[in-house]
Order: sequence, then C-alpha cells, then structure tokens
Amino acid sequence: MKPPCYEYVAPDTLAGALRVRAESEDSVVLAGGQSLVPTLNFRLANPDTVIDLRRVAELATIDTRDGMIRVGAMTRQRTLERNDAVLARNPLIRETMEYIAHPVIRNRGTVGGSVAHADPASELPCLLTLLDGELTARSSAGARTIPAAEFFEFVFTTALEPEELLVEVAFPVLEPGEGWAFREFARRHGDFAVAGAGATLLLDDAGRIARARLAACGVATTPVRLRAAEEALRGVEPGSEAFRAAGELARDAVTTVDDTAASADYRRHLLSGLVNDVLTRAAARAGGPR
Amino acid sequence: MNGNHGTNHLDAEPVDGDTRYGPDDRIAISLTVNGEKVEAAVSPRLLLSDFLRGDLGLTGTHVGCEHGVCGACTVHLDGVPARSCLTMAVQVDGMEVRTVEGLAGSDGTLHPVQRAFRECHGLQCGFCTPGFLMAVTHLVENEELAETDDGVRAQLAGNLCRCTGYMGIVAATRRAAAEIASKG
Amino acid sequence: MSTRQFGARVQRNEDARLITGRGRFVDDLPLDGVLHGAFARSAVARGRITHLDTTAARALPGVHRVYTHADLGELDVTMPLLIPHPCIGHPRTQYPLAHEDVYHVGQAIAFVVADDRYIAEDAARLIEIDYDILPVEVDPAKAALDGAPLVHEDVPNNIAAHLVQVSGDPDAAFAAADHVTRIQVRVDRSTAAPMECLSTAARWDAVSGELTVWDGTQAPIGLRGALSSLFDLDEDKVRVVAPDVGGGFGPKIVFPYSNEILVPFAAKDLRRPVKWVEDRSENFVHMTHERTQIHDIELAATSDGVVLGLRDTFLHDTGSFIPYGIAVAQVASTQIAGPYRIPAIHVTFDCVYTPTVPVTPYRGCGRPQANFAIERAMDQLAAELGIDRFEIRRRNFITPDEFPYTRPDLVFADGLPVTLDSGRYDDALAALEKALDLDAIRAEQEQARAEGRMLGLGLSFYVEGTGLGPYEGAKIRLHPITGKAYVNTGLTAQGQGHETAWAQIVADQIGVRPEDVIVVEGDTGVFDWGVATFASRAAVVSGNAVHIAAVSARARIAQAAANMLEADPDDIELADGRAFVRGTTSRGVTLAEVATMSNPLRYAFNKAAQTATQFAPTARSTGKPLPDGERPGIEVSEYYSPPHATWAYGVHAALVEVDPVTCDIDVKRYVCVHDCGNMINPMIVEGQVAGGVAQGMGGAFYEKLEYDENGVLRNASFMDFLVPYATEVPHIEMIHLETPSPLNPLGIKGVGEAGTIPVGQVIASAVEDALSPLGTPPVRQVPLSPSAIHDLLRQARVNV
Repeated sequence: MKPPCYEYVAPDTLAGALRVRAESEDSVVLAGGQSLVPTLNFRLANPDTVIDLRRVAELATIDTRDGMIRVGAMTRQRTLERNDAVLARNPLIRETMEYIAHPVIRNRGTVGGSVAHADPASELPCLLTLLDGELTARSSAGARTIPAAEFFEFVFTTALEPEELLVEVAFPVLEPGEGWAFREFARRHGDFAVAGAGATLLLDDAGRIARARLAACGVATTPVRLRAAEEALRGVEPGSEAFRAAGELARDAVTTVDDTAASADYRRHLLSGLVNDVLTRAAARAGGPR
Repeated sequence: MNGNHGTNHLDAEPVDGDTRYGPDDRIAISLTVNGEKVEAAVSPRLLLSDFLRGDLGLTGTHVGCEHGVCGACTVHLDGVPARSCLTMAVQVDGMEVRTVEGLAGSDGTLHPVQRAFRECHGLQCGFCTPGFLMAVTHLVENEELAETDDGVRAQLAGNLCRCTGYMGIVAATRRAAAEIASKG
Repeated sequence: MSTRQFGARVQRNEDARLITGRGRFVDDLPLDGVLHGAFARSAVARGRITHLDTTAARALPGVHRVYTHADLGELDVTMPLLIPHPCIGHPRTQYPLAHEDVYHVGQAIAFVVADDRYIAEDAARLIEIDYDILPVEVDPAKAALDGAPLVHEDVPNNIAAHLVQVSGDPDAAFAAADHVTRIQVRVDRSTAAPMECLSTAARWDAVSGELTVWDGTQAPIGLRGALSSLFDLDEDKVRVVAPDVGGGFGPKIVFPYSNEILVPFAAKDLRRPVKWVEDRSENFVHMTHERTQIHDIELAATSDGVVLGLRDTFLHDTGSFIPYGIAVAQVASTQIAGPYRIPAIHVTFDCVYTPTVPVTPYRGCGRPQANFAIERAMDQLAAELGIDRFEIRRRNFITPDEFPYTRPDLVFADGLPVTLDSGRYDDALAALEKALDLDAIRAEQEQARAEGRMLGLGLSFYVEGTGLGPYEGAKIRLHPITGKAYVNTGLTAQGQGHETAWAQIVADQIGVRPEDVIVVEGDTGVFDWGVATFASRAAVVSGNAVHIAAVSARARIAQAAANMLEADPDDIELADGRAFVRGTTSRGVTLAEVATMSNPLRYAFNKAAQTATQFAPTARSTGKPLPDGERPGIEVSEYYSPPHATWAYGVHAALVEVDPVTCDIDVKRYVCVHDCGNMINPMIVEGQVAGGVAQGMGGAFYEKLEYDENGVLRNASFMDFLVPYATEVPHIEMIHLETPSPLNPLGIKGVGEAGTIPVGQVIASAVEDALSPLGTPPVRQVPLSPSAIHDLLRQARVNV
C-alpha cells in the first residue's frame, strides 16, 4: 500500500497552481490528503501529476462578512469547526462537522478537499446542498461561481473542469430565528454515514413553517435535497405528526441499493427517522428574534 | 533501513514552486523531529510514516493500515495529532514533528501518559500503543476530558486496539488527565 | 519474606520498551542492505492462468528478482497438512506460488524483490496475468450441493472432511423425550485483524550456512522445523526469531505462509537480507480467516427442561485449502454440549471447500459457533417449555461433585475424550444473577416496554477446553554477575504478558523481584523444545513448566548456598535476592554469589566473584572441581505435560437497548463471570478477558467478511470491515471465580480465548429478548447488524 509514481508540483501561488492545473493532463490536488492519500496508497488513483497546495497561503482564509461564510479551500476542517465567528453566524456548521471522521483527521483535512472529493456520504457536501451554498472555481481563464445544487454530479464527481481548482466554499448564514439540526448514523464512530440528514426550519409569525430545508447524505450518488418533504412542510404547524410524515416522504423519495454497510430497506427506514429527528430538533431551536 | 527514498542526495534542493518533480527526483526538506533539526532529501511519494521509520530509524511509529483508520501511525505535526501514513514526507517541510520517541524527557523520565498506560494495563502487544500515546497526550494536554465513560471512549475513537478491549486505555487516559490536571 | 507474586497485580516487564517506542517488531529490525518484497496476487477466485509475463516487472530499475513457481525448484511443492486426521478424505494444501490454477482472490502468484517496497509494488503491478475464469460458489451450503462448481476438480461436493461422533445413546434419548426443539443457526466469516499484519525477514549467511528468519509468528519452533525440512538444512542451521509480535489471535499459528518460504528463499538466492511486511489490504485476502459454520441442532428434553440428548449436524467452511486440518470443526463439535450434563450426543460435520481464503483457528476456534448453537437452542427450549432462561440452564449443569466429567467417544483436539476437570457452574450463574440484580432489571424492562422501548437481557454460558499438550519446557539460569534469573521457553507472546507472568512464578521460588527475572522467548536460538502459543495453553502448559523449573532451580540454589554457608539445604531460605540460613538473615549470600560459586571457573570479574572465591574450595567438594554428575552454574530445564485439557468456563450477560431509528444497539451493561482456575496476574487476566469480549463484540455486531458471488471480498479494508473502536465496546463488569484445576501444580486454566466465545450469543439473546414482544422471529445469525435488526422488525410487522 504505497503511493504510485507521479509528478509533483508544490506551487507558491494560486496563479502558479492554476498554471500547473492547466498544463497537466491528469492531475489531482493534494490539499489535506485525508481522502487522496488513501486512494493513492490503495492505488485506486494513479494520477500523472499531484499538485500540492500546502504553500498557497491565500487559500486558507475564513471571511464571515455579508451573509456568507466564505471559506478558502485550504482551510483545515478543524479550524472552521472551532471558529467562533462562524459558530455565531451558523452553528449548524459545527454540529455537522463533528461527524466528520475524527479530530485527528479534521486536523489535516481541508474544507475544499472534502467538498471536491464529493463522497456522497460525506457531511460538507450535504451541508452545502442543504444551505444552498456556493462554490467558487478558478482556472487560468477566470473564476465562476457554482451553486451547490449543480456542483455535485455523481459519486466522486463534481462540476469542476479538469483545468479548474475549487478555491472557495461559501456557506450562507442562518436567518434570525431559523432552527437547525444535523444528524447522521454510522455503524462505527466517525465512519462515513450510512445515512445523514440536515434540516433548517423558519417559522412565520403564526408559528407555522415558513421555510423548511432538508437534505440527506449517504442515500444517493450525490447529496440530495428532499424537496417533496420540504414542500409538504410549508405552511404546516410544526409537530411530531408533520415531521413523521416528512420522514416518510423522504424515505419514499430515495432509492438506494444494498451494500456492505446497509440494506436498502434499512437505509431508507433510517433516513425517515433521521429526518424526523432533525426536524424535531430544528423546531425546538426555531423562534427567537424575527 | 527501509529503502533509498530519503537517502542523502547531495544535489537535492528545497522545493521550488515552479518545478515539476519526477518520481525519481529528490526534494530537500528541513524539519524538527523530537526537538532535533533534520535535513533530508525525499522522493515526492514517500509517506511520512516510512520517512520516520526507514530514514530516521524512528521505528516507534507503527504502520497498521495505511488508510487512516487505525491510528497506529499518529504523530504530532506542529503540536497537533496527524496520521503519518496519510501525509507525504515532503509536506512536513518546515514543521515540527513529535513521535513516541519524543514523549519521555531527555533524562528518560516517562510522560504521565506513558506511566499511566503501564499502570493501568493500557497495552498488550504494544503495536497500537505509540499511536494511542500520541493521541492521548494531545487529548489530556490540550482538551477537556469527558466526564462519562462513553464520552472518554468517543474521544479515544480514531485509534484501534485489538488486544485490550480498551478498558485499560480508558483508565489510563483518566489517570493521566487527573495527574496533569493536579499539576495545573 | 517477600510477598507472594503469584496472584498479584504486577505491572508488566514488557511495557517499558513498548511505551517508549523501543519495541522490536519485524519491520523495525535494522538489517543492513535489506531488500523488500511484494507479491502479485490472484485477482480472481477460481481461475486458470493462461498468460503470466514478468518481463516488464523484471526490467523496472531497482528490481532484483521476480519469482514465479517455476523458479522455486525443490520448494515448488504443496505445503504440509500440519494436523492430519483420518476423516480428511480429500486433503488439499497450497503451493508457495500458484501453478496454473488459482483458488482464491489473493492467492500468491509471483514474488518481487526490489530496493524498496514502493518499487516492489510498482513491479508487482507490471506483471501481466490473464485468467480463464471458472465458476464459483462461495456459500458453503450451496457449495456442498450436487452440481455446485468444484473448488478442486477431484473433490466431490467440495467435501474435504466428514466426521461423525456419538457419545452415549442419542436415539434412546430422543425416543424418551417429552419435547424436541430444533434450530438452524449460522455464524459468519471473520478475520482476526491483528494490528500488526504478517511479516517476515531473513538473512542467509553463506559462510556459515546459517539461515536466520525473523517472523511475526505464534510458532517459531514449528516454522524452524518446516524451513529446515523444506530447505534441507540441519535444524541447528536455521534460527527462527519471533520478536515483538503485534497480536496473533490464531492465524499466526499457521505456517508456512508463502512469505515464510519466499523471503528466506530470496535471501538465500540473492545473498542479501530480504524483508516482506504484509499490508492491510493483503492481510484481508491472504492471512487465514475463520468462523463460517451452519449448525442444525436439536435438543431432546423432558417437560421440565432436563436435556437428555443433543443432535448437531454442521457445515464448516474451510476455504480453498485445509492446511490446519479439522481443528476448528473438531473443537466446535467437542464443545457443543457446553456446561450441560447432556448424556447423549450425536454430532456430525462436513468441512466444505469454497474458493475463499483458507480457514484456520481464530481466537475461540469453533467455540463461538458451538456456543452460539447450543445456547440459542437452550434459549429456544426455555421459551417453548415456558421455563426461565437462567433456570433451564441451572437444571442441566454438571454439578461440582460430578467432576471429572467425561463425554465418552467425543474426542478433543488432544486426541483424548472430553473430560471436564472442575467447575462451579451453579455458583457462576448465581454470581451473575447477583451482579445483574435480576429483579431490578426485570422491573426496568417492564417499564421500558410500557414506554415502547426495546430493552433486552441476554446471557450465554460457555466452557472452554484449554491448555492442550503435548508439553512445554522452560530453562532457568541464574546470572553470575547480576544474580538475575534468565528464563527461556519455547513459546512466544503476542501481548499476553509472558515476560511478567513467568517472572512472577520464578520470583516466588527463588526470592527475587519480578523485574529481576528476564524472560526471553520466541527464539529457537535460546530454547527450541516446545509447541507454540495457541489454544489458551501458554499459562497452563508453559506456566507449569516454568514453575517446575523454578522449583528445581530453587533446590539447586539451596544446595549451593548450603555448601557455601555450611548449613543444611532444608534450612536455606531465599528472599530479596539472597540465600540465608533460616532465622539468621545475617548468615547469607547473594544469588549472584551463589551463581558465581556454583561455577568452578571463577575469574574475579567483580565483587560477587571476589566474595564467592573466599569460600572456595568448599569443605564438601574435596574431589574434582566439578564432581561427577554435577553441572556448572545454576541452570535447569524442566518440562510439563498435561494429562488432558483443563476446562475453563464462564457466563456473560448484557442488557441492551435497540434504537428504533438506527436499529443500533446500546449495550447498557455487560457483566462477565469467569473462572480460569488460579490467576497468575489478575490484571493480565482482565486484559485478556476484556480484549476477548471486544473481539466478541466485533463478531456479534460489526465484523463480517462479505464475498460477492464472484468470490471477490467486498470489504477488504478497515473502512469497510468494522473493527470496533472504544466507542463500540462496552465497559465490562468482571467477576472472577477461582476453582483450581486439579490437573496441574499451579491449578491454572487457560483464559486467552475465553472472552470471545459467548459474546455472539449474549448479544443475539439480548436482542431477541428486546424485540420478542413485537413478534419478531428468533435471531439465528451473527453478526447482527442494524440492517439485520431492521429486517427482524420488518418481519414482525408482516406477522402482525
């Protein structure tokens, strides 16, 4: 289990990195390495070129202004998780990130690395899907912003072009009074989720649900928004009946297959329970200043 | 030693941002390992675990899975635990690395975590032990130890032990944390 | 006098190096000029190699040699069947490197030796291998049916071995029964997953003709014998060293693996040290597996729950080869009646070839499966007869006055009929009930059920034949300079703490501190009579050999000290590293002096030697410096051979709650009562039991190797094969009983495997108890998983 041969570049600047990216036929990006290096060690990946971003200091930033939490792709997961300004603006980020593997992995793992890896069971892609986050891709030709809904295309597959780099991940802040919750289940602590679900809940002045957002991971080839359940919740009184029904809609909306981690039936059952649970907890947190 | 990946290549130079290194090229790195300055020339694909073990002879860091699950290879990078099997040697250029060999004092005085592992039977075969010692040392020196048994177990998750059933490791973690707390 | 060390919680001698990074595992050994190996392995389960080309691999810079079977000469033979048995009708073992046929994914086909492991792996990938893929059947039940694809063309129905054993008169017992219960149960495939994978390094000394092999094995002496035979070398020209070994749990007892042939072969061929360390992905498809058995068990009982007879027919999946014989199936078959009197037993098994990694013992060795079968059947019998699960067990226990209790014609792995030596089964169950506080638990359960929560209690009682012979030995030598004792045995340790346990035994006899007893094992260069570390036998067999040797050493020390002090040997006491005349501690000598004095060659190297020479020549040695029949120095070797196995036992229980959303289980309490006879070191015993329970939890809920229909292992990584973290193992409440074995001087029974055996049943029984009010079907299979629990709940909903 040793990495294969590859060409290696460690550019000093983003511009340099983009140049290498453009010049390379088949390059992968070494950010924190916590997903890439295992695939290299198993030789599941045999890239021609590894672009190591560790020296590109301009990508390790967190900016919490203007209703968006803009996180440079090379920001370590543990840094984002422990940032108090982030917590104040969107506490769902920390709750979600605590499910990512273990602290020792989050110490090295980067936000951009996890997002660009696009494992359908992983947390940050699910969170971005839930919050309608935005991703900024750069190439030598310029930058473009991609909505999360369009970014995750398939297992380990994103909308990034071969010459592009993911440079920034933007999480919208929560609305005042918006309730939130994330929960996932893995058979063993810290493993990739069998299934996970996140919810936000905004109530109107009458206490009815003005906006519910629901997303799930681990149940499809990408993170998914559970639109049917969201629709059903709009204008409804929050409560166990509504949330259980939403869970059932979520369950019926996904089709999965049996794998070594779970049977399809069980996974769908699990999802319905998780949806119910995150809605219940999000409702308990909803309210406050409006 | 374990191969020639990090052997001294006199012509190796520090990494240059514009250079594309081939698999047979060597890149000069400079780092601190257990307080000592180390200069070496490494292949771009050399894992930190193999560099420490093979090139520096620090075989206390063990390799149990090479995919980041078992934690046996855990070392500290700039004071923070990391998997040395998921880190390339070239990535730690300029960093401070601490391994199990650097836990005890220079006079051989054991770290409280090391003592606690012996006193509480926190090891059997000893293969996973270096990784646990590094993880637990960071935990008790930098984090707040959970109050419940389940909480401590959650803090220990990320390192596999196949021998002890974790009872001794949980006890050792508590003992070491208590000793460090009592010293303020 | 010193305090007694036997039975004390002595901290371990081996820890000092292991907590400071100074352990020496095979991969840690600094071997100058070492080359590194990597294997090319079969990508298909059953196939015929049509094209094998190593040209590109050989041409890669840094590659020294690439070996295929054609290069092995006289080593190109099938490996020995280590433990033959007349019932093995079709024994098949593997070649070191595959010929035309491959039999499982992962089978070794070629071996690359290169400057480093990176290049060796690069080269292994350049080896071109094409196969004709043959049909496979990986399910042992289907593989044994007519028309199933054959693993070995000439083995009908894939049946490697078939054995029938009958004890008592089962037909009469079933005819006399009021009630018969039947259940089919299954335990799935698992792997030991030691933290250190397999590893071998070798050095050939062309001048002396000596081969040294460092190997992460449980059986260095056995491997030495195999290598000297295969390489046609004198045994004293082959030295096998098992240095620190990172966990064993059974699969490291098997030899020789391909690496144990190829690494020494390459070292000899290339005249360079060679090393190969198995990586984790190889470990899953190369190191042997265990566990898959399907039992059809029947119990014949009276209406008040007394079991009169047992019939069990089971299939044992032996994988693609049977290098270790029927050990696993035989152990399962002989432990099938558990702690129960059951006077009539009919047990039959078939060992079935499947195109998978070969199966050999893994901690428990068939006992977890047998325990699962008998205890699932006992639970079912209790339910059908309306008898409490604790009570029905109590009614069937062998009572203390019935020991020794023999099961005639049921032959254990030592070739002798099962004879349980001692036990207090009723006391163990009572201790469990007390620790649990059954009344409180039942009230809690009632409350939980009223709230719609799924809370359940499960239990399992196991017995374990431990301490198999034929023998072990020990050498004790007193060092003349330090007065420290050096102890060697033929065993090796993989974490069991021999360096401490043996030291305690010796310390008690010769009056030194345990840290002044230095134990060196696992090196055929220091002691080469012995068997190996397996079958929970080390403490029983080696421990008693060490004790006998220590008694003998004590006598020699007393005699030598008596000579020096002009006293009667019977009046000599040993304590605090000194020998002195009883009652007069001032009249004494140090053990260093005794050791020096007992050797007539006495250079005055140091103070001890100078002191010793003052006494020479002693009054009693008037003749030759070394009288006829005497030996120089304090050095003894003694052996212990057990009459038959000692039977440890215990009972575990768990209180679990099933989460309705995740279908996960929360083990709220785990209580273990066990009896391994007298304990040398309770701290080490507790570690063994806890580690066993953790592996048992793996087998009960998390760890299941899954082959797909093509014979490809689907979860060959630590990401997908779920070895528990601390979060997946419960806190264990442990209660020790100590009923001495009457069979050996120290009264010891083995404990290494104990913790693992009952856990599958404990969890199955608890989950069944939690779910049963909903009308779920019986739990017939482990490991359980959330998906399996969900399926049980779904079936209950269908039933409603």
